[in-house]
Amino acid sequence: MSSVTSSTGTSAATLSQASDSRHNNARWIGRIVIYGLLVIFAVLYLMPLFVMLTTSFKTMDEIQNGNMLALPQAPTFDPWMKAWGEACVGLTCAGIKGYFWNSIKMVVPAVAISTIMGALNGYILTKWRFPGHTLVFGLMLFACFIPFQSVLLPMATILGSLGRFGVTLQNATGLSFGFGNSTVNLVFVHVVYGLGFTTLFFRNFYEAFPTELVRAAQVDGASFFQIFRRIMLPNSLPIIVVTVIYQFTNIWNDFLFASAYAGTGDSMPMTVALNNVVNTSTGVVEYNVNMAAAMIAAVPTLIVYILAGRYFVRGLMAGAVKG
Amino acid sequence: MSSVATTEPAITTRGTRASIRGRLQDALPKIVLAPSFLITVIFVYGFIVWTAYLSFTNSKTFPSYALTGTRAYERLWRWTFESDPPSSWYTSITNMAIFGFLYVGICLALGLLLAILLDQKIRGEGLLRPIFLYPMALSFIVTGVAWKWFLDPGLGLEQTLHHFGWTSFHFDWIKNKDFVIYTVVIAGVWQASGFVMAMFLAGLRGIDGEIMKAAEIDGASPFQLYRRIVIPLLRPIFLSAFIVLAHMAIKSYDLVVALTSGGPGGSAWLPSNFMYEYTFKRNEMAVGSASAIIMLMTISAIIVPYLYSELKEKAR
Repeated sequence: MSSVTSSTGTSAATLSQASDSRHNNARWIGRIVIYGLLVIFAVLYLMPLFVMLTTSFKTMDEIQNGNMLALPQAPTFDPWMKAWGEACVGLTCAGIKGYFWNSIKMVVPAVAISTIMGALNGYILTKWRFPGHTLVFGLMLFACFIPFQSVLLPMATILGSLGRFGVTLQNATGLSFGFGNSTVNLVFVHVVYGLGFTTLFFRNFYEAFPTELVRAAQVDGASFFQIFRRIMLPNSLPIIVVTVIYQFTNIWNDFLFASAYAGTGDSMPMTVALNNVVNTSTGVVEYNVNMAAAMIAAVPTLIVYILAGRYFVRGLMAGAVKG
Repeated sequence: MSSVATTEPAITTRGTRASIRGRLQDALPKIVLAPSFLITVIFVYGFIVWTAYLSFTNSKTFPSYALTGTRAYERLWRWTFESDPPSSWYTSITNMAIFGFLYVGICLALGLLLAILLDQKIRGEGLLRPIFLYPMALSFIVTGVAWKWFLDPGLGLEQTLHHFGWTSFHFDWIKNKDFVIYTVVIAGVWQASGFVMAMFLAGLRGIDGEIMKAAEIDGASPFQLYRRIVIPLLRPIFLSAFIVLAHMAIKSYDLVVALTSGGPGGSAWLPSNFMYEYTFKRNEMAVGSASAIIMLMTISAIIVPYLYSELKEKAR
């Protein structure tokens, strides 16, 4: 697929720009309409972010008596500080900072493991094919699309028994080895259900990678892992970036697994904590704090998007489109 | 996007090496792939079978493994027609139909419109494109929180327009049980339409200029050009975008929770919310499992033929 960013392709507009001077007026009107529509849409798309951002810098007084679209008259960082350090999640009022770190602790290993496994799978499914490789890939691919509700309950049961096993271990040896730890559980779940995507990314990328190179290295006596490390990986930077960004965004933003397997207590990830902050209604609802909390939850993925938007789009397309 | 499979022959490792080491080397790829394959078979397909099994029991709070027949499905079937007062299941599937139809339809239309507008040799395209696309990077929870505030009658849009002097303006969909699902559509479209735009834009940039030049010479107006030539050429993108959106619509869960907390009396539920609530909160595990299986079948009906044709076509 051609890159979205390229503007070299011939567009219909180029051709419709007839040189005929009679059309000049109509063309000007057309241009104004086009730009007008684009600007209107841009404003509409930016509005929620704008409102969220400005609200997070306002005092409650200003929110209740002022205009949602107005800029904060006396910008204050207090809502952000409060969201980070004091906001109530359920009954604990220690801010969302702990949950932010929970998310980081979950995301980093989950992304790393699923990316490495996906790279190896993609390498095998393109360069070391065996009878039935399409079936194996097809099974992994379909797994990307299932509604996770259809595996939610068995996984909860399994994680529950692993937790009990962890308690037994803890009693016997003094260490639980991660069994029953919510963060470990979520890492495991995200690796399992992210594997289809990472395999898909690498498989499609390696599909276009010259098999002759691999074969030549093989003739020279290079082993399976040597070829992977010395030939495939050094040429995989773009797809690694795409995969890491895709997995990072997906896992950071996940809510279903997080609420099912770490929905209470100190180990919940950011998304669940945010939802709890917003729905904790003790006394006056502090909208500015809620908006600041939402911004804090959004910042990591927004930064990734700003820094590497191109790769983000590529990941979405490759992952979502097919196949 | 690259293809799913090609005809290119892979390396065969059936060497004549007889040593154990050699045989190990030959088996190594399969050994490395095995854990992923097993994980998929057990935690995806095994678990689906498990869920399906539970749907034929009368599990309540805890799983029970005595098969008791199709009672869960019979109840869902009965609830399907219980519209007055609406059963939770009736509400969920009606919402699914409304949400699915509008979400997919509007995203496709808006995505195509934005892509065509952006494809008119626009100055500042590099600035506009990310503006339409950034919502896709946000969590549904963040989107829900932002729109919940934005649509709140006492604080958001309604209040703002009152400030501007339009005091008769009334917009309380988010608190209205008959309209709350449409607010989910609004937030969902806001989040996903930019992504559809990116897909269409990529498609537009891939169209051969010669075809359009020919149509131009034949005197086609820009409108005709798009209607008769460009849009038909984008058909594969329509299909891809439809598949993506349809499966996203069926999987939608977080947005309903964050935006509406389920709506007044569960009036914003989708089947995914129904499943979660019945399984984990209402202690009706068998019914929850049955609804999960119905969701899976619906998605499969869309995805399986698509993946099958993709894999088959490319392998030829």
